Amino acid sequence: MPEGTLCNKKPVETAEGITTLLADQSGKTYYEEMKSLEVDSDLLWKTIQNTCKTRIRTWLEICAHCGMCADSCFLYLANDRDPKQVPAFKIQSTLGEIIKRKGKVDNKFMLHAMEVAWAQCTCCNRCGTYCPHGIDTGIMFGYLRGLLYQQGFVPWEMKIGAGMHRVYNAQMDITSEDYIDTFEWMVEEYEDDYPGLTVPVDVEDADIMYTVNAREAKHYPEDLAEAAILYHIAGEKWTVPSKGWELTSLAMFAGDWAACKMQVDSVYDAMERLRPKRMIGTECGHAHRATVVEGPYWAGRKSGRPPVESIHYIEWLAEALRTGKLKIDPAKRIKEPVTLQDSCNYVRNHGLRETAREIISYIVEPGYFIDMAPNKEHNFCCGGGGGFNGIGYFRKQRNIGLKVKRDQILATGAKLVISPCHNCWDAIRDLEEVYEIGIKWSFLKPLIIKMLIIPEHLRPEEE
Amino acid sequence: MYSLLTGPVFYLSLGVCIIGMIVRFYQYFNGLSWQLDRVAYKEYPAMGFKGAVRSIYKWLIPYGTYGWRAQPVMAAAFFGFHVGAVLLPLFLIGHNVFLKEKLGFSLFFNLSTPVADYLSWIALISLFFLILRRLVLPEVRILTDRKDWGILLISMAPFITGMLARYQVGDYSFWLTAHILTGEIVLLAIPFTKLSHVFLFFASRAQLGMDFGIKRGGLKGSKMAW
Repeated sequence: MPEGTLCNKKPVETAEGITTLLADQSGKTYYEEMKSLEVDSDLLWKTIQNTCKTRIRTWLEICAHCGMCADSCFLYLANDRDPKQVPAFKIQSTLGEIIKRKGKVDNKFMLHAMEVAWAQCTCCNRCGTYCPHGIDTGIMFGYLRGLLYQQGFVPWEMKIGAGMHRVYNAQMDITSEDYIDTFEWMVEEYEDDYPGLTVPVDVEDADIMYTVNAREAKHYPEDLAEAAILYHIAGEKWTVPSKGWELTSLAMFAGDWAACKMQVDSVYDAMERLRPKRMIGTECGHAHRATVVEGPYWAGRKSGRPPVESIHYIEWLAEALRTGKLKIDPAKRIKEPVTLQDSCNYVRNHGLRETAREIISYIVEPGYFIDMAPNKEHNFCCGGGGGFNGIGYFRKQRNIGLKVKRDQILATGAKLVISPCHNCWDAIRDLEEVYEIGIKWSFLKPLIIKMLIIPEHLRPEEE
Repeated sequence: MYSLLTGPVFYLSLGVCIIGMIVRFYQYFNGLSWQLDRVAYKEYPAMGFKGAVRSIYKWLIPYGTYGWRAQPVMAAAFFGFHVGAVLLPLFLIGHNVFLKEKLGFSLFFNLSTPVADYLSWIALISLFFLILRRLVLPEVRILTDRKDWGILLISMAPFITGMLARYQVGDYSFWLTAHILTGEIVLLAIPFTKLSHVFLFFASRAQLGMDFGIKRGGLKGSKMAW
């Protein structure tokens, strides 16, 4: 059976296709079919010839096999220094081998490559900063994922996720109507506490266009309300687009580059349609990376930038606290040991190393913040990045991967981990579930709301 | 044999090395693609240049980066070997005299004999550690293939033959000839093997430096803390 009915080389492009895939519980049939999926070696080699240029080829060639990347990889450390987890080995034995064999690899090889690409690398890019030659294995794994996706060797959830973006322009089956309804409903829920609270939809020329992670609409709608409350109190002129509201990209995790382009195009269209001064995305790491950092390139924007200035939520929050748009009641500051999870996607990979710390200086009582070691650009991945959290097939491997973050958190003695990134937040929740170390975890929005000083004119009238 | 090696073979190997690396440099930068690499190289030349220079410069300083500091012994062996491997071929007095005779010019300055001796011994001892590391550490052993040993052998040979000639162990002229031959093998191997890193190190580091300098934080005003 060269192509399965569920597992094949075709992307999912219809709602029915998604439903059919979802009906296959945990991808049981999907992975069964994958075992006999044929490799199109000609296509593989042709794609490599067209897209694998000197940067990656030179990386693979000049790698001195010195092993200095080993200790930089949290998965190497979490797996008791298994030499098979050395980043250089992982990439040389997969992508390197495919190129060496000019694409002539078999099904078994590709199954193995899939495991390495999604369960042994989260594309956190930490190794790239520890290689004397500047070889960024994370980038190469991103590239390898694209090759594997094209051949149909992609984890079930990733295939579905990429399909969701193709069908719904969102990582979940949420239509524009669902999204706006949810947002409006949540705002209504909080209207009594915050008189005048609204969600301005499709307002042109606003100062801020706000974009979210679809799971907020699906699973954590309070997050939408919290965003509205904070903009409301800060007095911002903001809006949400009814189309192009999704910041995330499971397509990026899947290596479905065409879907990546479709997704960011939808957001950029909204920017061009509504002409906001700035776009602000929610507290998510990969979403920021996808839409703000990588997205312009998928969309073919030579400037490397989105159509309007686009910033991360923590940048807005830091600015709002700095300028006094949001004021914190000092009595309500956090007074328990607290630490911060730096998201690889916007700290190491977009330079926002001080921003969250500035916010912390406003919301944590001095003396209670303990940084992890290492931190900032050198922080370890939460353990669940790059799609790892979402792949049931590799759950065991993911849980092992969480050990490094667990130990980092334990070493701080913190009881609360601030995590302004959906993936990190999930990973830390899961590590508490698996290892029970007695910690809480939180996004910034709910913490800030609890300690805000609400201006008199925005308070509900006393009865 | 001696006149052959110091004549046509010398010109040939030097020519192959230099032209080969010019070609490889050209190919490297010509093969960079803003859209495939997802780095807007041409849009921000100044930021890119700064990032590239920083990325190279930081890694050239012993213990100048997190990476070097994380592995102090490796860093010592690495620099111990590479300082000698760069300075000795270029500035050894014998090499400069030879260059002057063959090409009509010599390079900037000469290393004094004691300095050259120190560098040579340090390089050899460092090489010993690098080999030991390759044999002993599981994370390095798993990566090591025959080519790596070949490269080590090719790079070691001029050092060993040079030292034997320097201390006149046995037949001086034999070791000198062997030294010239092994040195020329290195020159010939540079463009075609991993030894290309002699030049491509700068290309690869520059690329990642541009990536960070432009895309991954550079435009945000934060420099990568290498």
